[in-house]
Amino acid sequence: MGFFSKLFSALKKTKDGLAEKLRGLFSRDKIGEDFYDDLLDILISSDISVSTADEIVENLRDRMISERVKDKNYVLSELKEELKACLDMADDFELETPAVIMVIGVNGVGKTTSIGKLARYLTDNKKSVTIAAADTFRAAASDQLEIWADRAKVRIVKSSEGSDPSAVVFDAISSVKAKGTDVLIIDTAGRLHTKSNLMEELKKMSRVVEREYPNANFYKFIALDATTGQNALSQVEVFDEAVGIDGIILTKLDGTAKGGFVISLCNELQVPVAFVGTGEKLDDIELFDKDSFIEGILGE
Amino acid sequence: MALFSGLSEKLNHIFSKITKRGKLTELEIKQAMREVRIALLEADVNIAVAKDFINKVSEKAVGQEILKSLSPAQQVVKIVNEELTALMGSTNSKLNVSSNPPTVIMMCGLQGAGKTTLCGKLALHLKKQGKKPLLVACDVYRPAAIGQLKIVGEKAGVEVFEKGQGNPVKIAESGIEHAKKFGFDTVIVDTAGRLHIDEALMQELENITKTIRVDEILLTVDSMTGQDAVNVAKTFNERLEVTGVVLTKLDGDTRGGACLSIKAVTGKPIKFSSIGEKLTDLEPFYPDRMASRILGMGDVLSLIEKAQQAVTEEQAIKLEKKFKENSFTLEDYIEQFAMLKKMGGAKGLLEMLPGMGMSSKLKISDADIDEKKIERTKAIILSMTQKERREPSILNYSRKMRIAKGSGTTIQEVNQLLKQFEQTKQMMKMMKGKRGFRLPF
Repeated sequence: MGFFSKLFSALKKTKDGLAEKLRGLFSRDKIGEDFYDDLLDILISSDISVSTADEIVENLRDRMISERVKDKNYVLSELKEELKACLDMADDFELETPAVIMVIGVNGVGKTTSIGKLARYLTDNKKSVTIAAADTFRAAASDQLEIWADRAKVRIVKSSEGSDPSAVVFDAISSVKAKGTDVLIIDTAGRLHTKSNLMEELKKMSRVVEREYPNANFYKFIALDATTGQNALSQVEVFDEAVGIDGIILTKLDGTAKGGFVISLCNELQVPVAFVGTGEKLDDIELFDKDSFIEGILGE
Repeated sequence: MALFSGLSEKLNHIFSKITKRGKLTELEIKQAMREVRIALLEADVNIAVAKDFINKVSEKAVGQEILKSLSPAQQVVKIVNEELTALMGSTNSKLNVSSNPPTVIMMCGLQGAGKTTLCGKLALHLKKQGKKPLLVACDVYRPAAIGQLKIVGEKAGVEVFEKGQGNPVKIAESGIEHAKKFGFDTVIVDTAGRLHIDEALMQELENITKTIRVDEILLTVDSMTGQDAVNVAKTFNERLEVTGVVLTKLDGDTRGGACLSIKAVTGKPIKFSSIGEKLTDLEPFYPDRMASRILGMGDVLSLIEKAQQAVTEEQAIKLEKKFKENSFTLEDYIEQFAMLKKMGGAKGLLEMLPGMGMSSKLKISDADIDEKKIERTKAIILSMTQKERREPSILNYSRKMRIAKGSGTTIQEVNQLLKQFEQTKQMMKMMKGKRGFRLPF
């Protein structure tokens, strides 16, 4: 299955709900004040933040009024342009090897699963991959990762539960350096961004990578659950402040949640979306593509 | 512990504007409600739920005569508070107990909501109440999920029944038999996380509930969930007749609006809230207190309850006297840490106090209450002589060096501690200056 068809089927549920509402909206006779109020509600119910949704609708309304637009299809295509403008740099991402990818995020967003899929994606693209099991906190986390590593047929460096995650990172770096591996993916324990001691631990791991492997391209990816609401912004802000974020992995896009916060995130914080998770199978991961994301969300 | 603080700050801000104006007009209510609406939406309350709420409150606020004993702002706060409480349910719900044991509790929810961790917390909670719970591992899909439940069970000191990657319905069935045979009075069934639109897996849950008698079906929901919480809760409830909801990860900075939405669409009580990674981090959900908390009136009741568990009355009186006499020493400081730890940390404590959400002066960063730091602080104080603890002013360079060496810390850390100690004393004075814990309006 190609990228488009898969993202489309994943977004279909998203699209159905929203598209239905949009169709209802655009089937009205007149474009009045209510029209834009309802449009605002539709955007907000996809988890786009109130401020971004406001901005989008204001811009659209001002332009449409000054241009005296009456054609609803034109309004719809302009709405798409507004959304696209918010996602301006969203697919601005490229991976250069040798690379270290550290996957971070709050608990339960799907970091470990994403890493398994990411490893498969990279080996499919002819990269050699090693995974570091630096989630030494959650019960059985490294066992879970090991099963994914087996499935993706990549090497894993692990340690016992409760050991220092930075030590695991150190060992993994020595190993990939010796073997000349293209990409090292580091799994980290889920942590709420409000726990400062756990954020310090993350900073330490980040410092170890920078110190021990200075010639690697170091990417920090935050995994965000598409089901999340406005807290996603807070998560990105705080993790970004702690270690710097180079990209988002948007997970669980196969549900009914719309992941609209990505639009606010790109608009307000300028963080690109690197990958999209669309299911629980090994190859349910794709590069983010803003056009199909918007097409999928608005339905066409 | 930062529950709802953002929302409560916003509402406080809105109502402080009204207070200043003195009189309450229809237009002002409309303005206030517009801001309440934005605050609710930013808190992830579902848009339809928020609209409904605003309409109800506006209607009540506009039509009502202002009581003599209340200011207009107090009147609005009262109405908003009542409506919020009504929306979240008005009583604290206990778990259903079967008259024909074992009582069976089944978990369900999306992936990553926190079901497995919650199983451990609930098992420990029941064990503490004198029950004999059994955990049954029916998550046969997620890699290592059974292993995780076994570790969690071991930590809680509760037996885990598992049959590997078999059929979840059969595993649940034999789990119940096992419980009956070995005298377990409660069975907690952990299930795999699943999307509410995954027909096959939803059918599997239905099959479990048809095969075994389930007394309690708890929907586990991540408190950070956005607008979609409504769809998830609605579908799970329609398919399974959920009996209660548990909110997880409430120790983050999410405003948790999802809980309002879930309550509104399912009508099912929120029975617990999960507030940390430790197995003891489970609290009952008190809708009335939560509503007060949303409005920034402080969770006084929770605070009192926690304080009672952690501090004996005698200790409290002693401490208060010390603050009054300003004879608070480093010896008391160390005792304080132990109490604070039991009460959920300094930050949590302060946020439960009325009015504290608004006061930026008293904001304590998380860094001050790191567990490791507390341990180091203890080590430093314990490395002091009794005299030094009572009179920190005598600490010169050589004494500090000795203390640093003795505690395995640095002289900077010793200095930092002394500074913090002084700040604490100052802060306590300020709190005294606040004339007890007055309500913020």
